[in-house]
Amino acid sequence: MRSIPVNAEVTPQGPAQVLRLCGLAVSFTTPAGVVCAASDVSLQVARGECLGVVGESGAGKSVSFLALLGLLPPNARVQGAAQFCGTELLRAGPRALERLRGAAIGMVFQDPMTSLTPHLRIGEQIAEVLVHHRKLSWAAARARAQQLLTRVHVTDPAHRMAQYPHELSGGMRQRVMIAIALACEPQLLIADEPTTSLDVTIQAQILALLAELKREQGMAMVLITHDLGAVAGVADRVAVMRGGRVIETGAVAAILNAPHDPYTQALVRNAPRLTASAGVTQAARGQEAVALTLTDVSVEFSVGARWFGRAAALSAVNAVSFELRAGESLGVVGESGAGKSTLARAVLQLLKPSSGRVVWMGAALGELPAGELRALRRDLQIIFQDPLASLDPRRTVGEIVAEPLRVHAPELDAPARGLEVDAALRRVGLPATLAGRYPHELSGGECQRVGIARAMIVKPRLLVCDEPVSALDTPTQQQIVTLLAQLQCESGLSLVFVSHNLALVQRLCERVLVLYLGRMMELAPAQSLYARPLHPYTRELLSAVPLPDPQLQPARLARALPGEPPSPLNPPSGCVYRTRCPHAVAVCQQRVPAWELAGGDRQVACHRWREL
Amino acid sequence: MAGSTRVCGMSEVLAAAQAGLWRRAGRRLASARGTRLALTVLILIALLAVIGPWFSPWAFDQLDWQHLAVPPGHVAAHWLGTDRLGRDLFVRTLYGVRLSLLISVLASLVSLVIGVAWGAVAGFAGGRTDEWMMRFVDVLYSLPYLFIVIILTTLFQRGSIGVLLIAIGAVGWLTTARIVRGETLALKRREFIEAARATGLTPAAILGRHIVPNLLGPVAVYATLTIPQMIIFESFLSFLGLGVQEPHASLGNLINVGAQEMQSAPWMLLVPALFLVTLLVCLNLLGDGLRDALDPRER
Repeated sequence: MRSIPVNAEVTPQGPAQVLRLCGLAVSFTTPAGVVCAASDVSLQVARGECLGVVGESGAGKSVSFLALLGLLPPNARVQGAAQFCGTELLRAGPRALERLRGAAIGMVFQDPMTSLTPHLRIGEQIAEVLVHHRKLSWAAARARAQQLLTRVHVTDPAHRMAQYPHELSGGMRQRVMIAIALACEPQLLIADEPTTSLDVTIQAQILALLAELKREQGMAMVLITHDLGAVAGVADRVAVMRGGRVIETGAVAAILNAPHDPYTQALVRNAPRLTASAGVTQAARGQEAVALTLTDVSVEFSVGARWFGRAAALSAVNAVSFELRAGESLGVVGESGAGKSTLARAVLQLLKPSSGRVVWMGAALGELPAGELRALRRDLQIIFQDPLASLDPRRTVGEIVAEPLRVHAPELDAPARGLEVDAALRRVGLPATLAGRYPHELSGGECQRVGIARAMIVKPRLLVCDEPVSALDTPTQQQIVTLLAQLQCESGLSLVFVSHNLALVQRLCERVLVLYLGRMMELAPAQSLYARPLHPYTRELLSAVPLPDPQLQPARLARALPGEPPSPLNPPSGCVYRTRCPHAVAVCQQRVPAWELAGGDRQVACHRWREL
Repeated sequence: MAGSTRVCGMSEVLAAAQAGLWRRAGRRLASARGTRLALTVLILIALLAVIGPWFSPWAFDQLDWQHLAVPPGHVAAHWLGTDRLGRDLFVRTLYGVRLSLLISVLASLVSLVIGVAWGAVAGFAGGRTDEWMMRFVDVLYSLPYLFIVIILTTLFQRGSIGVLLIAIGAVGWLTTARIVRGETLALKRREFIEAARATGLTPAAILGRHIVPNLLGPVAVYATLTIPQMIIFESFLSFLGLGVQEPHASLGNLINVGAQEMQSAPWMLLVPALFLVTLLVCLNLLGDGLRDALDPRER
């Protein structure tokens, strides 16, 4: 059923085209019938060019490219044509495809942890590719592997060679994956959501690396992502996919600045930006009572505890204090390891702080008896990062949403509970018919809405959101953030919103707290923070936000904050940020900066905020 | 493609048919041909073991002096032959199947109930409680179980089914407890348990409403694989003369007697052995099928 591609581009077919897809169609035979995952996909990638493929999950982006590598499950049916440097991929045998994969075509996947073999050292894994495809000796392959690690800017490559994947951070693992993909100098690199599971700062680093590789190695690249910001800094051309079809292709500037298709227009319009007007203005809350007070809250974990031997103390959150008024929203921002999630759990006493006090409406939560705390949980609800994992897989949506009612309103009978559940589901924009379904039957966005419905059904006064959107794709992120803003507006609850992305926080929060290695760096009203960040770390976080702007983004990527946060087990002396701070001076090493008032109700911990 | 994006499309595609986890598992189980066959054979054998002896004129301990050690098919009344004492092998084997199934199912049930309770509480409580509970399991593990069985059988009446049950169950729950504890530890870290805590559920409610139901999948699989182990263990004990005693028959002591006559009367070994092997193969097939059916990602 090869049809004539309607959206084929009119580009001259020359040897410069590394990959040409022509009318590619993928369908799956499932017990529920044949499902069409992609149809009529026609794309091409030239040497030295990066094609960004953008779309929501389920748009058929990954499927199309996995199909031409022969990586789909056996129930998939692939039709059409896919030419790679003159070879017809769809008719190539498994042997020939295997020779191409990893050699002429390199691949980088989303989750660097699951793509690496846990029990093999990093060096072995890279060398293995070279031994297999290039027939190098192990010694030569290892030497080359070390060069490759240097190439992808892995710090201390000689040492990393002997490490195992779990000893590396997410960003480092993704660099290793890229090194493996580059090992045989491929003509085409396919990166499938390479930065989705990473922090904004590390995202920027990885994207900068990809841009650099494209520039210097001159290979063709396909960057599959749901994030227009990621595309803006790296891609030359963009293809927008929806429902298995390519709906628009063009140069990156054309697509991002003047999209034609209404869907693309909506995508571009809703992409997170750091515009001055987008922020939430701080309402006058002088008369509102302080609802939540944290005083010097610290959380320590003991790690490495054995029967014989001493446990080391890992300080995840260190002396955090803030106040939250009724109806106010506070954003908590930082990279992973900054202690954001730990802080969120400490607020709700899901983790006991090792010192400090959490006071909610005059009650010190840490000192309450267990029964009273459980009763008080009606007011204090939380939304989790992983929408699917936070729902019991054995319970229906209706049971999940009703659970808080069973605990906090046991007087309700089943029909009354059912009505409440219906209302709660409708309030988060879900049809009430969903109540009979199981979580795994829902999409990520729907799961997160169920999580929100569960939290909101008991009408809480404080809602803690722990990275509620970082596992979702960009359009869904926007919907969830909008929903949260609307719920907060309607019910006047206080909100603590944890995120690593400052662009998201801006849409929702009146004040922002920046954490680094468990310490407070800056606390300020959102408007002044985004307009004039005082702390150098806040500035770096702001510049790491991927913006859908092809004019600015490449330069922003080039300035990406280097390095990764140091281990919280062994934090630097003085100011913890000094090891990555471009403005660090001698005093930063010697003294811990004081938590100072910086005009208005801003506070900052930096020795040099006045001069910078 | 399932790993392509976090909030993937494939799971939605696969889950297009709406049905409960168990209902779908049941359907998948029924659609696997090997599993269906195994289940049918198992049910047939169980039925035969219960009602089969009624159709034979012989009782399990009745001696037929006219027909000593008759091979199968020789005498019309003894379909599967007789043993050295002239007892009907058909009836005795079915009695053996009945007893072996009864002991193994009961022992599995006992070991499951104790094991799940022990393991779930230890895993969920964690800390000191977990430490002590699991050390207790370790201590029991380190005792040679044959000694325990021998001591039990000499202290109490030899060959009593109660003692046998206690002996087998006492050993069986240890492994279940360890498996369940491991699963519980993994479950405890899942976010939906944290969500339940944040909701304000008491620990007991979390255990009952969220942990144990999620354990049932792996435990159900483990149970179907325990029953054959229990049959083997019972047979082993009976083979050693520690289990079911004459004139009562279990698959183990039938095989024991048959093995002594292997040279002269092979059918005395083959008849019970055939039933044992069929039972074990079917139960294992069923366990495998159940595991596949409960793990939708395997498909």
